[in-house]
Amino acid sequence: MTSATPSLGPLQAVAAEPSAFAEIRQETLALTRRLFVQLARRPSTLVAGVLQPLIWLVLFGALFANAPEGLLPGGGSYGRFLGAGVIVFTAFSAALNAGLPVMFDREFGFLNRLLVAPLRSRSSIVLASVLYITSLSLVQSLAIMVTAALLGYGWPGAAGLLLVLVTLLLLVFAVTALSLGLAFALPGHIELIAVIFVANLPLLFASTALAPISFMPTWLGWLAALNPLTFAIEPIRAAYGGAFHLSNVVLNAPYGDLSAATCLGILAALAVGLFLAIRPLLDRKLT
Amino acid sequence: MIELQHLSKQFGGGSRLASVQALDDLCLSVPEGCLFGLLGPNGAGKTTALRILCTLLAPDAGSVTVAGLDVLTQPRAVRRLLGYVAQEVAIDKILSGRELLNLQGDLYHLAAAERHGRIAELIALLGMEEWIDRRCGTYSGGMRRRLDLAAGLLHRPRLLVLDEPTVGLDIESRAAIWQVLQQLRDQGTTVLLSSHYLEEVDALADRLAIVEAGRVIAEGTPEALKNALGGDRVTLRVREFSDAGEAARVQALLQDCPGVRQVVVNRSQGYSLNLVVQDGDVIERLRHQLAAAELPVFALAQSRPSLDDVYLQATGRTLMDAELSVAGLRDPKLERKQSMR
Repeated sequence: MTSATPSLGPLQAVAAEPSAFAEIRQETLALTRRLFVQLARRPSTLVAGVLQPLIWLVLFGALFANAPEGLLPGGGSYGRFLGAGVIVFTAFSAALNAGLPVMFDREFGFLNRLLVAPLRSRSSIVLASVLYITSLSLVQSLAIMVTAALLGYGWPGAAGLLLVLVTLLLLVFAVTALSLGLAFALPGHIELIAVIFVANLPLLFASTALAPISFMPTWLGWLAALNPLTFAIEPIRAAYGGAFHLSNVVLNAPYGDLSAATCLGILAALAVGLFLAIRPLLDRKLT
Repeated sequence: MIELQHLSKQFGGGSRLASVQALDDLCLSVPEGCLFGLLGPNGAGKTTALRILCTLLAPDAGSVTVAGLDVLTQPRAVRRLLGYVAQEVAIDKILSGRELLNLQGDLYHLAAAERHGRIAELIALLGMEEWIDRRCGTYSGGMRRRLDLAAGLLHRPRLLVLDEPTVGLDIESRAAIWQVLQQLRDQGTTVLLSSHYLEEVDALADRLAIVEAGRVIAEGTPEALKNALGGDRVTLRVREFSDAGEAARVQALLQDCPGVRQVVVNRSQGYSLNLVVQDGDVIERLRHQLAAAELPVFALAQSRPSLDDVYLQATGRTLMDAELSVAGLRDPKLERKQSMR
């Protein structure tokens, strides 16, 4: 202990208020940095997030490796077909976990520390989660894309890559909004993990990740054609298929044909809609 | 500096839970530059009052101002000038202490140079050099509390609010924290702390308020409150552990002894007797009276009125009895849920 220093006294002169943007940037970056430091020191979520889809890719690819030629619409190997599904699944699973750090902060009282601070906007807390989970899921998806390429399942061209990234971003925003909403609505992390666990696989199976709609019984085909994952998978699959155009039909849904642009539009609407939907909840919990 | 007016807050009241009136028309005024103690047993409503003051909780009724700012309508302005050290320290186990302070500095929008300088000062002040770069998960309770105090002081708040700052701490950490709080007060910071430790409030506070069942029932400087009671206190034990019958006999015997104002049987202390006597040589008269009645004396002690006597006078029971009576009634898990956002 040192003796008294003059520094203990309260700050009397209040400096001029800095710009809102600078303050929001400062607090958001600090909160995002914290999440990345946590990740760097506890990388198991990152490793598991890459490993799980990798296992899907290798095992599922092998399982149907000997499927008869021409089984899939447009020909091509099953591994090639599966690639798009697994990429989307990777981003989806990562984003679904977005709410977990927030939930733990609620439970351990760390959120109270943030709420006592004079944050310029409490959206910074949400924004930091979105930034973190978006970069994390994109990194994981890229790792899977590279692996798929090494397994000989192809690589989208430059334009295709752009489409893949935009599609993944839209999906990640939507799912992150959902997960953050759950993190504030549910009472604890047990419940949140249970919801994540239950939501994960059925959404995968009821999508076109593993099989085309033409394979499915009518009811499942309908489900798959309404599943947001499908709207992300099909444009990416088209991007992997070579030259394409946004107006190309990528999904033959029971209710009609959808172009890549329509799929992206639906995803964008979903992301915006979900953020608007959870806003009242966030406002209630954060003010 | 702080004005709490007619605060009320109720918790629970759902279908399964009995509702709890945490605050019941609580009024409190803390002058600027004062080290103010909020004394009361666990469950008296101290934490609820502090959480409302720190913008974490809205009251059902009443008004709160800090430095003239309305806490309910200008929460961000209030947050800027107050530092809050919560009862349950929430720190991120994965971060080091320094990283946590840096995060805190960013949340209060300190510029990088100012932040680093300030962190270095606080590390020296609170003796944290050795372990500040270790992960928080490895810290002892005393280390965590010091780190949390540093976090609360980082932005040089005009008002520091501490909820039970020394519960469960080792003597050394407690002394370190007491010293810092006194320095802060000496240099102009208003400090409000809650405690259920009599000696803490007695040693530190310029003024104190006794909180019981969500209300302030006594308020003033420790000296004034003690002096207002008047008389000396005498604790008498005829045996180490007596019984109700004997205690009643002794009570009857001494009640009319000249100079004795009041005799109370303290059941929780082995049926000892607490007497209020006029200053002077009452003790000798008591000894004679007891000897004449052929009663033994195990212990007989005289003292000036203590803060505990103030508490006893105001509430009709000692602080320890109040603590014991609520010990089994509270549900920590439920309270944690209620504090969750």
